[in-house]
Amino acid sequence: MITKGNGQNEDFDNSHGCENEAGLYIKLFLTFLKLGLFTIGGGMAMIPLLKDEMVNKKGWLSEDEMLDCLSVSQGLPGVIAVNMATYIGYRKKGPLGSLLSTIGVILPSFIAIILVIEILEQVSASPYVSGAIAGIKAVATALILVATYQVGRQALRTPLHFIMAAATLIAVGILSMNAVYAILAGCGIGIVSTFLKPTETKNTTSGEKANMNSGGKKVTDIKEGLPDQTGDEEEQDGNNMD
Amino acid sequence: MVTTWINLFLSFGKIGLFGFGGGLAMLPIIFQTARVFGIDEPGEFGNLVAISQVTPGPLAINAATYVGYYTDGLPGALAATIGVAIPSFVMVMVVSYFVEKFKNSKIVAGTLAGVRPVTVGLVGAAGYFMLSAMASDRNLISVGILFGTLLLSGKWKINPFLLIGIAGVMGAFLIR
Repeated sequence: MITKGNGQNEDFDNSHGCENEAGLYIKLFLTFLKLGLFTIGGGMAMIPLLKDEMVNKKGWLSEDEMLDCLSVSQGLPGVIAVNMATYIGYRKKGPLGSLLSTIGVILPSFIAIILVIEILEQVSASPYVSGAIAGIKAVATALILVATYQVGRQALRTPLHFIMAAATLIAVGILSMNAVYAILAGCGIGIVSTFLKPTETKNTTSGEKANMNSGGKKVTDIKEGLPDQTGDEEEQDGNNMD
Repeated sequence: MVTTWINLFLSFGKIGLFGFGGGLAMLPIIFQTARVFGIDEPGEFGNLVAISQVTPGPLAINAATYVGYYTDGLPGALAATIGVAIPSFVMVMVVSYFVEKFKNSKIVAGTLAGVRPVTVGLVGAAGYFMLSAMASDRNLISVGILFGTLLLSGKWKINPFLLIGIAGVMGAFLIR
């Protein structure tokens, strides 16, 4: 899902390693600007590019630090790319560093979307444009269906998982239930089943890094338990568990 | 005016706070939010997703900017985009002090284990919304492109951007 950067920033990046204060702030901003610009299709697509940039090219993070960054970024809610930018910016240069990195990763999106909307407004009457959008929409739909299958194959391991995924699809997709309730219900079920099965947690903690290496998607999670306001949906899913 | 900005900021703040699993899994919440702000036809939501997919940058940021700009121009776009990013920003800074604790926490592991299957369902729901959007177009060539992509991307892993380019050109000349 990624096109590689064309390396225009390279001479800037290798400027004799004199990392004075202002220089590193600017580098953080420009590096994440580049990542935001060349990532199409979301945070997950950014991961290989980010890793290459941070670990191999810049040497800003070790492999282990990169894994920490990924587990925090994927384990917390929110936009994954923003999580990664904030994490790395903060590690390198504190709050201001994370602010600059985050603005850097967001800015290309922000400008590109506004440009696209403005341009489309000018040409929306053209049948060629609306046809092209309809074609792209069909591809986008198919890509989401493929992603559902791929994520599902990887994440759904037990009958309970299938029931939870199906319940979410029906409740949110067809019955238009608020998606937040489904997420809260999932958190509740996950926490309860973790504490019910103490043997499994051993695997989770020790096998974590291995899992991350292989799948790149194994994640840890939100720091504090989410408010337990799962309400009726929780019950509904709870029944499914029995 | 100001109320609209605050509404956008808070609505997208909620998405930033509860959106697990990346952009695709966040689409159903984004759709439910976009509806509140007047993007209520499935067809329009389809446009939002299609444009967000093919524009550089994280999907959720693209979608937030789109809905914000659609609702109230530049200030709206800023309110929504800052809103979706702020929770991440704060939580990540806090958690980066406790990385080890975070990684080894039972609650964290449990939350994740529980959220992942839900995430699959949410991506599926996004697919369902997109299918409804396509159904409203009632176009056979779209359906052909859909099945072609399923085969080419799902089975043969053809680069999605190649497919988007081809479908864009096909659509421009064939879909009326």
